[in-house]
Amino acid sequence: MASLTVPAHVPSAAEDCEQLRSAFKGWGTNEKLIISILAHRTAAQRKLIRQTYAETFGEDLLKELDRELTHDFEKLVLVWTLDPSERDAHLAKEATKRWTKSNFVLVEIACTRSPKELVLAREAYHARYKKSLEEDVAYHTTGDHRKLLVPLVSSYRYGGEEVDLRLAKAESKILHEKISDKAYSDDEVIRILATRSKAQLNATLNHYKDDHGEDILKQLEDGDEFVALLRATIKGLVYPEHYFVEVLRDAINRRGTEEDHLTRVIASRAEVDLKIIADEYQKRDSIPLGRAIAKDTRGDYESMLLALLGQED
Amino acid sequence: MYNGKYRHIRRRHNTIKELLFSGIIIVDYVKSKDNVSDSLTKGLSREGVERTSKGMGLRLRTSQHDGLGVDEKLFISLLGKWDRNERESYRSHTTGIFVEDERQFQRWNDHHLLQLRQDFLRLKDAVVVYTMHPWERDARLFNEALLKGSQHHILIETACTRSSQQLLGARHAYHSLFEHSVEEEIAFRIKTPERKLLVALVSSHRYEGPRVDNNLAKAEAMVFVNAIKNADKMKQLVEEEEIVRILSTRSKLRLKAIYDHYKEITGNFLDEDLDGDLTLKQVVQCLCAPQAYFSNILISSLRLDVEESAKDSVTRIIVTKADDEDMKLIKEEFQSKYGTPLAAKLKEVANGSYRDFLLTIISKSD
Repeated sequence: MASLTVPAHVPSAAEDCEQLRSAFKGWGTNEKLIISILAHRTAAQRKLIRQTYAETFGEDLLKELDRELTHDFEKLVLVWTLDPSERDAHLAKEATKRWTKSNFVLVEIACTRSPKELVLAREAYHARYKKSLEEDVAYHTTGDHRKLLVPLVSSYRYGGEEVDLRLAKAESKILHEKISDKAYSDDEVIRILATRSKAQLNATLNHYKDDHGEDILKQLEDGDEFVALLRATIKGLVYPEHYFVEVLRDAINRRGTEEDHLTRVIASRAEVDLKIIADEYQKRDSIPLGRAIAKDTRGDYESMLLALLGQED
Repeated sequence: MYNGKYRHIRRRHNTIKELLFSGIIIVDYVKSKDNVSDSLTKGLSREGVERTSKGMGLRLRTSQHDGLGVDEKLFISLLGKWDRNERESYRSHTTGIFVEDERQFQRWNDHHLLQLRQDFLRLKDAVVVYTMHPWERDARLFNEALLKGSQHHILIETACTRSSQQLLGARHAYHSLFEHSVEEEIAFRIKTPERKLLVALVSSHRYEGPRVDNNLAKAEAMVFVNAIKNADKMKQLVEEEEIVRILSTRSKLRLKAIYDHYKEITGNFLDEDLDGDLTLKQVVQCLCAPQAYFSNILISSLRLDVEESAKDSVTRIIVTKADDEDMKLIKEEFQSKYGTPLAAKLKEVANGSYRDFLLTIISKSD
């Protein structure tokens, strides 16, 4: 369930633009006004606002925001205002530019989005960066990472609920063999994880637990970066809320907070399933997500995060 | 004199006398050598049988069936009129197509029976495929190629010669038709070294804009130069990671630039230097020079003595490319390389409504 809250009576895009324009005028910026509008509009509404703003004032709203805002608050507002597919393209681009540490962001986008959303992200990537997502990922990765990531970002999984139980049994056996042998980057492991539908994988992993006693994720706990990517892949595909809770816990509990990860998760899930993630978080940590965020962040950044979480004070 | 088992002849004799008398028909004299139906009334020499069979539009052959499709009008106008005895006579005289069975009847040679069935079906198949949505068409091509014993060349052709949007649509349709993704089926069913390349090709969603980084293209051409130079029997080229990466992710414009740079550097064409690896050769041709690829197949398939799969490729290529701007380019390439227009070659080799259908389709892009 989404955590985004939208007012019962939404002003017209033109009114919103007027308000936003007034927030930028003069010295300093009226951040609270910006939050009160943008943090409470759906993707479709934000798109219309951007269009209307450009038509009315001849300027790109995002450029204005870039000029007027700073630091983490700015990053959050920019990433939030983008269309979901543009956002994914932007996040993917950032991830390819950095070291392998960011590869799990590519896994996140490839696995937690629906097949359709991933396709839209790839098309948005074409439009923004004049390249295909897979060519950049392939170019910027090597070895096992490339072997896993390229098929993941190129996949267009069957999105239905049809499941072949015989196949699930057979493939859980294959996975178990390879993982017990620590053959983590084996062709078959990659094949199964990168091409099977989410429903099929779910069935396969259930068989894994039933037939072999262990949860596959437990067997992937220790290991190198690549094993961590495999874990993220499986979690992202089959238990996305748990995956996001883990990312958030990591981001918040570290000394100083990893703002980028916090920004990314909140912005990309607010309209999808952030409420469910927040509930899971509370179960895991016994402290509500909103309180944890409030403790670890401050200022306008904190206000925007809480607004997107649907928990303004 | 007309009694017993000759009774039917009396009826016919009388009927004809009446028709003649009332002027409804006239009977003309036809010289033996001009009489196409002579073979049905008497035993002729081999040459006579050949002449008359040809005259009926039935080509006598000893091995493969000639041409593509069937001349339906001719069949209807002749065969349709023969009664049982005339057909029996036909069967006993065309020993190429019918064999004398030990139980005293003339049996269809199995091979010819299959051929004729396939040729009658050729038009139906062409029409069905032509009216299909291109996405469904390509999805079914993928599926058939996988199930009919891994026909990789059809997988490669379909994955590499469609636009990014069309390929995505085909993957979409594949979901609906077969409840799997095409990449999971390819990854699952193909166990040979080409598997990784094939999965990657079918999963690509190439950038189609005009921007090409020329320096990078040169560098990537060098990757091919080195890989081909250092090729050894240990690891096949088709498994080379960098080659798979470049061929399956770069835009077609970039690949054409790489193709050109390769020629500048080595003096050779990349696909020719890949003679040792037919899969890679075909991938490069489909991606970098699709019109040449298509006209090559057409010219080698538009012959009288080819396998069924070659005949199928004529239908497949013409029907799937009919709507693209590609068809115009394919015709130009065909004409410039072989001297004859594609339409003329089709007229030479194909028959009946099937031929007319193909000619109509390709003339759309005139």
